[in-house]
Amino acid sequence: MKIEILAFGIAKDIVKGRSLSLDLPSGTNVGGLKAELCGRFPNFEKLKSMAIAVNEEYQTDDFSLSEKDEVVIIPPVSGG
Amino acid sequence: MITEELRMIDIQLKDTPLIPQECIDYTTSDSAGGSTIFIGTVRNKTKEKPVIRLEFEAYAPMAIAELRKIAEQAKAKWSAEKISIHHRTGVLQIGEIAVVIAVATPHRKAAFEACQYCIDTLKETVPIWKKEIFEDGEIWVAAHP
Repeated sequence: MKIEILAFGIAKDIVKGRSLSLDLPSGTNVGGLKAELCGRFPNFEKLKSMAIAVNEEYQTDDFSLSEKDEVVIIPPVSGG
Repeated sequence: MITEELRMIDIQLKDTPLIPQECIDYTTSDSAGGSTIFIGTVRNKTKEKPVIRLEFEAYAPMAIAELRKIAEQAKAKWSAEKISIHHRTGVLQIGEIAVVIAVATPHRKAAFEACQYCIDTLKETVPIWKKEIFEDGEIWVAAHP
């Protein structure tokens, strides 16, 4: 399945763009996506944390992704 | 009932200067005996290194949803009557306001605690990112251990 992923903050610098498209085995979960991202972009390993939001909610590693989900990489936040 | 809840919480992400009085005006209530306001501004240095300006970026729809969750939690836990949270995006110069949080509660102690909860939780969960620009480079704040 093809997943469109948005990147913000330092994640945008790491993937060198606002979004990227990944072809993942259907049923891939958030943990699998993180592993794939870290494999392609080792700089993600250096971050203090990396969360994944799906359809505007934080999701845990066991959450399964679907093609139409809005998937966003959330590097450590620093608002305020 | 949902509309009633919504009316007591004011969340805004803005790319124009924040006006604390707007948050105060929103939260003013005859039955609230205490109000607190937190104003976060752009500091001129980080670890003694001069900062030139900041840039804030937000994943806007989720940032608004997370801010609303925080306000709802604070409202429930401290019986806050009204909460207003405004946060900036875009480029900010030294001294400009990055965030304003106003909380009105029936009694003063709860107002302090609820306001502190809002800013502390905001810094942990809301998808907003701050980039500090120095004379010789720039850094995404808190990205690395």
